[in-house]
Amino acid sequence: MSKPLKQIHLAAHFPGVNNTTVWSDPRAGSHIEFSSFAHFARTAERAKFDFLFLAEGLRLREQAGQIYDLDVVGRPDTFTVLSALAAVTERLGLTGTINSTFNEPYEVARQFASLDHLSDGRAAWNVVTSWDAFTGENFRRGGFLPQDQRYSRATEFLATAIELFDSWHGEEIVADQESGIFLKDARAGAFVHEGEHFDIAGQFNVPRSPQGRPVIFQAGDSEEGREFAASTADAIFSRYGTLKEGQEFHADVKRRLARYGRRPEQLLILPAATFVLGDTDAEAQELAREVRRQQVSGATALKHLEFVWNRDLSGYDPDGPLPDIDPDLGEHTIARGRAQVRMYRDPLATARQWRELAAVNNWSIRDLVIETGSRQIFVGSPATVAESINTLVQADAADGFILVPHITPTGLDGFADTVVPLLQERGVFRTAYEGTTLRDHLGLAHPDAAAEPGTGRVAS
Amino acid sequence: MALDGAGWHPAAWRAPQARPRDLLTAGYWADLVTEAERGLLDFVTFEDALGLQSSRFTEPDDRTDQVRGRLDAVLIAARVAPLTRHIGLVPTVVTTHTEPFHISKAIATLDYVSTGRAGLRVQVSARQSEAAHFGRRTFPPLRIEDLDTPEVRELTAELFEEAADHVEAVRRLWDSWEDDAEIRDTSTGRFVDRDKLHYVDFEGRHFSVKGPSITPRPPQGQPVVTALAHQSVPFQLVGRSADIGYVTPHDPGHARAISDEIRAAQAAAGRSDEPLHIFGDLVVFLDDDAAAAADRKARLDDLAGYPYTSDAKIFTGSPAQLADLLLQWQQAGLSGFRLRPGVIGHDLPAITRGLVPELQRRGAFRRVYEADTLRGLLGLSRPANRYATV
Repeated sequence: MSKPLKQIHLAAHFPGVNNTTVWSDPRAGSHIEFSSFAHFARTAERAKFDFLFLAEGLRLREQAGQIYDLDVVGRPDTFTVLSALAAVTERLGLTGTINSTFNEPYEVARQFASLDHLSDGRAAWNVVTSWDAFTGENFRRGGFLPQDQRYSRATEFLATAIELFDSWHGEEIVADQESGIFLKDARAGAFVHEGEHFDIAGQFNVPRSPQGRPVIFQAGDSEEGREFAASTADAIFSRYGTLKEGQEFHADVKRRLARYGRRPEQLLILPAATFVLGDTDAEAQELAREVRRQQVSGATALKHLEFVWNRDLSGYDPDGPLPDIDPDLGEHTIARGRAQVRMYRDPLATARQWRELAAVNNWSIRDLVIETGSRQIFVGSPATVAESINTLVQADAADGFILVPHITPTGLDGFADTVVPLLQERGVFRTAYEGTTLRDHLGLAHPDAAAEPGTGRVAS
Repeated sequence: MALDGAGWHPAAWRAPQARPRDLLTAGYWADLVTEAERGLLDFVTFEDALGLQSSRFTEPDDRTDQVRGRLDAVLIAARVAPLTRHIGLVPTVVTTHTEPFHISKAIATLDYVSTGRAGLRVQVSARQSEAAHFGRRTFPPLRIEDLDTPEVRELTAELFEEAADHVEAVRRLWDSWEDDAEIRDTSTGRFVDRDKLHYVDFEGRHFSVKGPSITPRPPQGQPVVTALAHQSVPFQLVGRSADIGYVTPHDPGHARAISDEIRAAQAAAGRSDEPLHIFGDLVVFLDDDAAAAADRKARLDDLAGYPYTSDAKIFTGSPAQLADLLLQWQQAGLSGFRLRPGVIGHDLPAITRGLVPELQRRGAFRRVYEADTLRGLLGLSRPANRYATV
């Protein structure tokens, strides 16, 4: 007997501020007007997606000391736009990326608890860390946090926020007009937290929200990040969308759960995934090639080469050969406010490898950046893409995908109209929302269920 | 219109029209703001604090017979924005414990989601209990009888100084993108003209902020900044930083004196040529006749166990009597009023369906919304960007 089909989870990532987003396309709309966010969210809800996802960055990127101007620049405040989206959707989950370094637990916890109330239980928090003094220049404390403490702070931040969410149990508000008792317990919301990073006490002022706590996402990929996810997160926003890498990551992270008394279905792995659809596979492949060229202009190619070379390459011709000079191995100073540059751990080796590749294939700088850059995860006809998604999920390379369209805000429309019905026909994706909360969509138990015997959920 | 829980009277939640079980739902707030918009009001404010409500001035009170627990005001405002079209949305923001960078983009985004109807009401917090929620600074215990001691005066001055810095940083961040910074120039591949993005380089005693904002300049350019002020130190903040000051006079003479002091502070800040509204705050209990309103307040006082008093004058009476008072006070230098409904479920509709038609009959209130933005409703033009070189 074959194992039962897994149900696929799907989410929609609002197009972000890197070169995945093709703003130069004539169809591309505003990245800041609310109408774009509303269109995107309504499309995702029409397609019965689990949730919408918003990224965040707290300082505009710079390269060579100047604001980076080749990609989309500017985005709204995460909480504010998610709360407004709660007014134009009814079931769609609302996931916001919020930094644990340049915020305080009391404020973030009340914002997420408020969002969960105002959306009737649809809030989720993607917990991210940062440490750089560059971003810190926008905040009261500056670059106060050493890099090696970022996960320690994030872990304690989340633990503290959970203490705040749990400081109300959900039964306290009686609001009995006759007896005049509003609150059953005068100490509702009382908390004390003494730790390395936070030493706070008092009363939390947002009563228990519908989901108890927002759903918790984690996105970091380091050893510490994976452990953090295994210990506390409900879902991982991962970067491994292919079969082999996805399976390895999936197995690695799920293996870690046991030591925290958790079961595999308590942590969902949801890789980010780009896609290009065509009427036929061949047409989609051709379109995908065009999109990659749109994503990497000559100017963009030079900037991306600078991530590895760590020096100013503006004098080079993007349609010419790679630089003869070697990367600058000093402290990385050329690009700021970007996680991407940390991926190149041995720039000399990367440069050598790229020169060889370019020579063998007769590639220009721009060709090289296009060819070595990331390719769309799903390319093909709707049938091909539906098949690929289903195959990856059934093979445990993922539990679903967070789709990242390259056109704002209509880039999801085609997927909603053509791929989703095929997944529904296969019986692997919902045709209607069965529950009302994001926890319902994701199959995650309410935190209070942990206390009830027989639910199978292990109390932590 | 000032919205807070079930209303400003501590026993408001026990009134028949109250919906005390709905205070944490989106539907409740949507109904209130929709009703206020039906009455063509300029804007609603949303109260907030970084601690539980208390009947005491500075510390928690452990009471169980009053409304406790609330939602974040900025998020409530954002939640109702797509459901309304004209009314301004002005959430309270505590400057003492928040980041100017976050507040700037939050209010800018509220301006985007409301297409130009955002403001904020800045408030300081000297409460020891709220500081302990953040653990970043400690304040001395504070009792209302200590307000005139040198230590408390110094603390108050410091907190309002910080609030002024906060507003300055927020305002600079709103201007840190010029309106036409987004160019989408496909020929050069540039999405923005970086010469039109500006570091704000704010340096203050409590924080510095580099900028630019991550959020482009909001539709109004500068959303409306407001503050409640009772005495000289906050009058300075209003004079220096705000577009609207809410004040709490008890008679026209008092209103005149306050108005004069704020106008002097405004002149001292070099802003005499800028519009600055002074709104009188009033708690209102409105009924068909004065006796009914006074009786209703008295019954609520009985339920609360003490007579409700307020920093603002408490009005009990009919819509016509309130209209008389507002028009009289307007002569004393007030350009508008922020009404605090004693019981929202009763007094909000009494304002929109009783007071408003009364004022309209007297030619003293709009009959249709004449503008699409909050600045427009307040007669404030869209300001030039401080960083733009024309």
